[in-house]
Amino acid sequence: MKLAGFLLLLSGWGIVVSTLPLLPSSGARAAFVLAGMAVELIGLTLVARSHRVPKG
Amino acid sequence: MAASPLLSETSATFCLVLILLVPLAGTGLALVNSGLVRSRSAAHVMLASLVIVSVAAIVYVIVGFSWQGAPGRPAHVFAIGGKPWNWIAAEPLFLRGLRLDLSPASLVLLLQVFSVGLAAMIPLGAGAERWKLGAACASTVLLAGWTYPLFAHWVWSEGWLSKLGAMYGVGQGFVDSGGAGTIHVMGGLSAISIVWIVGPRRGKYSDDGGPAAIPAHNVVQVLAGCMFAWMGWLGLNSAGAILFNHRDPSAVVLILLNTTLSAAAGVLTSTIVTRMRFGRPDASLAANGWMAGLVASSAAAAFLKPPTAILAGAVAGGLVVFAIDQLEFRLTIDDPGGVISVHAIGGLWGLLSVALLSDAGSGVGGQWLAQLIGIATLLGFVFPLTHGLNLLIDRIYAHRVETDGEWQGMDLYELGAGAYPEFVVHSDEFTQH
Repeated sequence: MKLAGFLLLLSGWGIVVSTLPLLPSSGARAAFVLAGMAVELIGLTLVARSHRVPKG
Repeated sequence: MAASPLLSETSATFCLVLILLVPLAGTGLALVNSGLVRSRSAAHVMLASLVIVSVAAIVYVIVGFSWQGAPGRPAHVFAIGGKPWNWIAAEPLFLRGLRLDLSPASLVLLLQVFSVGLAAMIPLGAGAERWKLGAACASTVLLAGWTYPLFAHWVWSEGWLSKLGAMYGVGQGFVDSGGAGTIHVMGGLSAISIVWIVGPRRGKYSDDGGPAAIPAHNVVQVLAGCMFAWMGWLGLNSAGAILFNHRDPSAVVLILLNTTLSAAAGVLTSTIVTRMRFGRPDASLAANGWMAGLVASSAAAAFLKPPTAILAGAVAGGLVVFAIDQLEFRLTIDDPGGVISVHAIGGLWGLLSVALLSDAGSGVGGQWLAQLIGIATLLGFVFPLTHGLNLLIDRIYAHRVETDGEWQGMDLYELGAGAYPEFVVHSDEFTQH
């Protein structure tokens, strides 16, 4: 889960950066930047949950 | 390549005086971190602060500045769709080719030598009491020699993040005059990485996952550290605005005021919040609120108006109390210094406040998008890179101290002497005769 989380973080960043040269329209660019950040947040959540101290 | 921006001799001298305040930020942070741990590791934290700053300075001078450079200096650029992406500097190693006079480039170098040390000290507050000194140095080498200069180039040396506006019409490009992202979020993310590798202190979490309170050993020291940090931040925010955002030196009055107001609002908010939650104000959380206000001011102090600086600091102060709670209880992150909440979360809020509260990018749409792209880069690129490098170190030389070391305390185990050798606790002093 940790590795998946970090891969999602990198993928999300890739989505964000690729909007710059690929999407000229500001509306589409904003939407995909937000989408990329959502992917990053999912990745961060996965990584954070995988590092929690187990109970018991 | 754009020409190096010019500063008059008076402005350069004034900027130099501001830069001379910056080491006080590190002094304050060291006092805060050391005060927030148990006495058995206090000297270790303070020595580690000094050592980390030293390692960072030397490594940065040898190789870091070669990657970061300064505005108007040589850099490597590649083209994507006809747009120039300036991704890394092309300076020689060991500062060869840089004249150490009052030129803007030399002032940038000096400011960065102090700033990279500050960034490198931040993870110490999170990994304290179980992070080996040698491992901390190794992590600092990679932070100061690679990660920090790379991102700082993108933000401060005409790299692609700062040029988002010119290249793609995204606001004014990513704005971060005092280092909320470059120094504090980066330091905070490095702190998360270290905490996840070393794990919590022994005895911090019980079998049911509930955290035990491990109070600071010297709150007076922590609060004194906040005062020193305030002085340092005044210099950091002001010098950064002059050198990186080309603000006129006369803007320093506004920057000093905004920095102070943000910190003030931060500490007052955290004091009130803890008073309401616990019945009494919590001094260490209040100190974290002050620091969070300083961190939040770092991005936008040059652009906020005083009322919005107060708002930015107040939000930071409230956020840090909430964040410390959530990180400790829900995510089981043991962060003795609260640095993740103060620097990572406070810094992220500071970066957002540039778009939400300031007039940076006014008249040019999309500043909020530029800030989000910078934040996405920190979370999605800098954090995995930092964590990967720290994991690599851990494979070769474990970050976490042995069990004996943690029980004895890092002072005795790694330094051979405690911070307070004359203090002996006698149990009968606390019982009635």
